[in-house]
Amino acid sequence: MTDEPTSAPAEKSGFPGKGLIKGLGVTLKTMTRKAGTQQYPDVQPELPARSRGVIGLMESNCTVCMLCARECPDWCIYIDSHKETVEVPGAARARQRNVLDRFDIDFSLCMYCGICIEVCPFDALFWAPDFAYAEGDIRNLLHDRDRLGEHMAGVPAPPPHDPNGEPSKEESTAAKKGGAR
Amino acid sequence: MPVWLEIAIRVAGVFAAFLVLPLVVGQTEHKVMAHMQGRLGPMYAGRFHGWAQLIADGVKFVQKEDVAPASADRSVFRLAPAVALIPYLVAILVIPLGPNDLVGQPLDMGLFLVLAVVGVGIVAVLMAGWASANKYTLLGALRAAAQLLAYELPLVLAAASVAMAAGTLSLSGIVEAWRPWWLLWQLPAMGVFFLAGLAEIRRPPFDAPIADSELVFGYLTEYTGLRFALFLLAEYVGIVVIAALTTVLFLGGWKGPFADADLGWLWTLLKVGAVSFVVIWVRVTFPRLRVDQLQRFCWLGLVPVALAQLILTAAVKVAT
Repeated sequence: MTDEPTSAPAEKSGFPGKGLIKGLGVTLKTMTRKAGTQQYPDVQPELPARSRGVIGLMESNCTVCMLCARECPDWCIYIDSHKETVEVPGAARARQRNVLDRFDIDFSLCMYCGICIEVCPFDALFWAPDFAYAEGDIRNLLHDRDRLGEHMAGVPAPPPHDPNGEPSKEESTAAKKGGAR
Repeated sequence: MPVWLEIAIRVAGVFAAFLVLPLVVGQTEHKVMAHMQGRLGPMYAGRFHGWAQLIADGVKFVQKEDVAPASADRSVFRLAPAVALIPYLVAILVIPLGPNDLVGQPLDMGLFLVLAVVGVGIVAVLMAGWASANKYTLLGALRAAAQLLAYELPLVLAAASVAMAAGTLSLSGIVEAWRPWWLLWQLPAMGVFFLAGLAEIRRPPFDAPIADSELVFGYLTEYTGLRFALFLLAEYVGIVVIAALTTVLFLGGWKGPFADADLGWLWTLLKVGAVSFVVIWVRVTFPRLRVDQLQRFCWLGLVPVALAQLILTAAVKVAT
C-alpha cells in the first residue's frame, strides 16, 4: 500500500494486483493436489531399506571381539563374556572359544551413528528400520541380547550385487582356489 | 395454516439456518484451508474425514470453565457474546432464500435493517474489549472500532448503489429487479461490498483487531468456554450473512439458469456457498493488512470506487 521503492522484478508485473491474483492461483492449485500428510498411526510409513531405526544383533556371528563396544562414541554397548574350552576330536589340543554372556545396547544413549555396524568384522550387527520402541521409562530403552536378536526380523535383505561391479572378495578367492585345484 | 404455526415454522427455519450454515462454513473452512496448505485437516471426529470436528469442539467448549477476569466488568463481559450474535440472527431473518416470500420475515426496508443491524457488531466488540480490563483486548477493540467505522461507509455506499438501481430497499424486490447484465454494471460495487463486508466481520486479511501475533487474540483474549465459542459462532454467522447479502444484492439471489420458482432456494444456497468459499480462499491466501494499510485501503481505495459507482448507477438510471 505504501509507496516504497520495490525491487526490480515488480516493474515486470503487467497490471496492479497481479501478485494478489497469482497468490490466489497458488492456493487454488495446492488445494487440487494431493495433501502431503502421512497418516502415521493408521498407515505405516514406507521407509527406505537403509533406514537407521534400530540395531539388530545376529548372536551366532558375534565373536566378542569388543570392537563395537570400543568404537562406540557414547559407550552405550555393554558386553560380558567368558572363555570356554572346546575339545575338538582329532585336534592336537583343546581350542578356546568366547561365549557371549551379555550384549546390551542402551538406546537412550545411542546416537545412531552406525559406527558399531561399520566396524563389526563378522557381520553381527545390522540396521533395521523399526523405530516404534519408545518407552515410558528410560531404563526400558536398554535392549538386551534377546531383544536385539528380535530386531533381526526387521532387517531387509541385502541389495542384489551390481552385475557390472567387481565380484566380491569371497567369490574371487573361491574362484581362484577352485582354479588352482 | 394458522398464523402462529406459520410464525413458528419461519422462526424455526431461521434458527436452523442460523445454527447449521455457520457449522457447514466452519467445517468447509477447516478442510479447504488444510488442503490449500497441503494438509488434510481434521480426520478423526465422526470417523469420516472429521465431519463432526466442530460438534466435538462445541462439546469441548461447553465443558470448559466460564472464567471472567477479577477486575472485569462482569455483566458487560457476559453480555458481549449475545450482543455479537443477535444482530446476525436478525439479519438472517430478513434475507430471502427464494421467491414467493421464502424468507423469515418479508420487510420493505430489509436492506436498511440489515445494514443497521450489522453495524451493531461494533458495540459487542467494544463491550468485550473494554469489559475484559486487559490492555490487549482494549487495543483490539479500539482497532476494531476504527476499522468498522471506516468500512461501514463503503459498505453502505455500495449497497446504496444497488438499491438505487433496483429502486427499492426490499431485499426480495432487489432480487426481482436484478438482471444478469447488472453483474457488469454493479461489478465495482460488488467488489467494494465484498471487501468491506470482509472487513466488517474482521476476517483475514482484515483481522488487525484480533491479530494473534501482536495482540494475543485482540478483544477475545480473556474469553473462554462457551462465551468464546459464541464469539466464534458470530464470526461464522457473519460469513454467512455477508455471503448471503452479496448473493442477494449483486448475484441475483434465487435467480438461476433454470427453474427459478422451484429451485430458487438451491440457487441462493449455492451462491452463498460459492461466496463463502471465496471468503475462505482470501483468508488462506493473503497476509494481514497493517493498521495504517487498512485505513488507507478503505479511504483511498474503496470509498472513491463506491462513490464513482454511485455516479455511474445514477447516470445509467437517468439515461434509461
